Amino acid sequence: MKPAVLTGEYFMTGDVACAEGAMAAGCLFFGGYPITPATEIAEHMSGRLPDVGGTYIQMEDEIAAIASVLGASWAGVKSMTATSGPGFSLMMENLGLGICTETPCVIVNVQRGGPSTGLPTMGAQSDMMQARWGSHGDYEIIVMSPSSCQEIFYQTITAFNLSEAYRIPVVIMTDEIIGHMSEKVIIPRAKEIQTVSRVKPKGKKENFKPFKPGPNGVAPMPAAGEGYNVHVTGLTHDEKGYPAMAVEAQEEMMKRLIGKVRNNLDDIIKTEGYLLEDAEIVIVSYGVSARTSFAAVGEARAMGIKAGLLRLITIWPFPEEQIKELAEKVKGFITVEINLGQIHREVQRCVGYRTPAYLVGHHGGTVITPDQVLSVLKEAF
Amino acid sequence: MAKKNKKAELQPAHPLDDLIRTDRIPHIWCQGCGIGTVFSACLIGMKHSGLELNKFAMVSGIGCSGRAAGYVNVDSFHTTHGRAIPFATGLKLANTDLNVIVFSGDGDLFAIGGNHFIHAARRNMDLTVICVNNLTYGMTGGQVAATTPHMARSTTTPSGNPENPFNLPLLAFASGATYVARWTMLHARDLAESIQVALLKKGFSFIEVLSPCPINYGRRNKEKALDTLNMYQEKTIIKNGADPSELDIDFDKGVILGKFIDVDKPTHIENYDKIYRTRE
Ligand code: SF4
Repeated sequence: MKPAVLTGEYFMTGDVACAEGAMAAGCLFFGGYPITPATEIAEHMSGRLPDVGGTYIQMEDEIAAIASVLGASWAGVKSMTATSGPGFSLMMENLGLGICTETPCVIVNVQRGGPSTGLPTMGAQSDMMQARWGSHGDYEIIVMSPSSCQEIFYQTITAFNLSEAYRIPVVIMTDEIIGHMSEKVIIPRAKEIQTVSRVKPKGKKENFKPFKPGPNGVAPMPAAGEGYNVHVTGLTHDEKGYPAMAVEAQEEMMKRLIGKVRNNLDDIIKTEGYLLEDAEIVIVSYGVSARTSFAAVGEARAMGIKAGLLRLITIWPFPEEQIKELAEKVKGFITVEINLGQIHREVQRCVGYRTPAYLVGHHGGTVITPDQVLSVLKEAF
Repeated sequence: MAKKNKKAELQPAHPLDDLIRTDRIPHIWCQGCGIGTVFSACLIGMKHSGLELNKFAMVSGIGCSGRAAGYVNVDSFHTTHGRAIPFATGLKLANTDLNVIVFSGDGDLFAIGGNHFIHAARRNMDLTVICVNNLTYGMTGGQVAATTPHMARSTTTPSGNPENPFNLPLLAFASGATYVARWTMLHARDLAESIQVALLKKGFSFIEVLSPCPINYGRRNKEKALDTLNMYQEKTIIKNGADPSELDIDFDKGVILGKFIDVDKPTHIENYDKIYRTRE
């Protein structure tokens, strides 16, 4: 056996840093399927996982990949998969099963340009709404986005921790640019890494209710083979896990699935502010585009424009309250993202008519430059 | 759907009761449906295998047969349409002590889930796959399936099926399954024994079970429930070791039942452990 945490200083790609973060979080199962630009995560896991006591399998498609991940999770193992646009589309069906059956797992989408096969080797951020609403039905989900190779290492650990704490699939929305670029990554000592594992049930096994929420809205989760004889279904079910085809049962289940996220927003949502204290113009951005925005803020300040950056680390649930609060005191917003306004519309929704909100978007394939942000900034305000 | 039967509650416990979620009875299966018989043969096979019952897990997809996971009193997973096998693959790989049974229907396993079936067989994944083949999509009202005989009527082939069905044992054999058998639900004892053998055998085992859907298949093809059972009795031949290419389902010629393949090959898990867990 080799250590899961490779303490040290490295120069590694975002994809490899994500894989190392997963193992540091305790991931022991990866169900993969090759797809550019996420393949390197699967490749790295296939080599490393067996050495730390885990299992890698390359499935026959992305549908099977995520199905195997859900199965492994019910065997009690932290599990994940990684993909890009077309594969992410195929995963939507079983992402819904994961939500409905409250199955912890982590899904990484290394975004590339779309629609369809799009730009396999070139970055974009255009699956952000798919990450929120891609599976059918109403639901809540946790989605995060990293801005550097170092951050994706830690964010993958956080993603596992949240998924275990809330029994929910967590999606990391990175992009080809972060995935394929190499940066310095520091991996700390194992004991400095905080990991969370799902709460196991205690007490009598008979008539155990695997979907009966505890005080924080989350039910303890046994694993298959532990004697609880759980039944798990994607049908609307009661707390015992039994199908319940009734309006009341639907309401109760939906309240449970949604409540565990909506009632814990303070614990889940993470953002980072830069020069927001006196900012008159707030740039909202995430992932690789937050780096562009960071540079743009610096240049704007040098020109005497009071700009600040709100970097979204958690994308969904959306940091609504924070944007509403800012909207009370600033002159306007600019959202910077490599798509045609997916998060921009969310910002607009939160800002309402309080202040103007602009978009610096992009059709996909490359990063947005600070100059593009600055020209909108100068023109608009 | 049957009504709750007060009398039934007073009757003594059935010997398989410990393997059934009795609190979920009555089940949803129609009168004259064969799934229940296949299900109880599966429970008998599980019991007689002598394997620890707590270490069984059942995974089903969607459809009438897919409801089996909802009635068996072991850890049981009713997944999405066609995805029982890859879900079961992850379950098994992450805890190799589990004995994982996939119990589902022909539509689920061989149309929407066909790709997963052939790959799990190719890998020799350690699973026992039981396919209730009723030649149709029962749950949705009797549409044509990948197993529906040529010219048979269904709600989506009102003048007869223009396509040809799969020969499932041949498909399983060609994909690499190490145990392949076919029975009908009328051959309940042979079936239970076959399931028992398959559960004890390592690697990918596949059992096809012909089973009537009088409501949504029989009705449209001038076959009463009893007619189907008569065919199962009179128009079948048990021929162990038969060539899988001879196993097309044609009741006019006679349908071959039996155990066709029983070979030993290293399983995926054995290979993975040998190659990946022993390296420096
Ligand atoms: S529809 Fe057919 S397969 Fe389904 S329960 Fe009724 S008889 Fe059985």
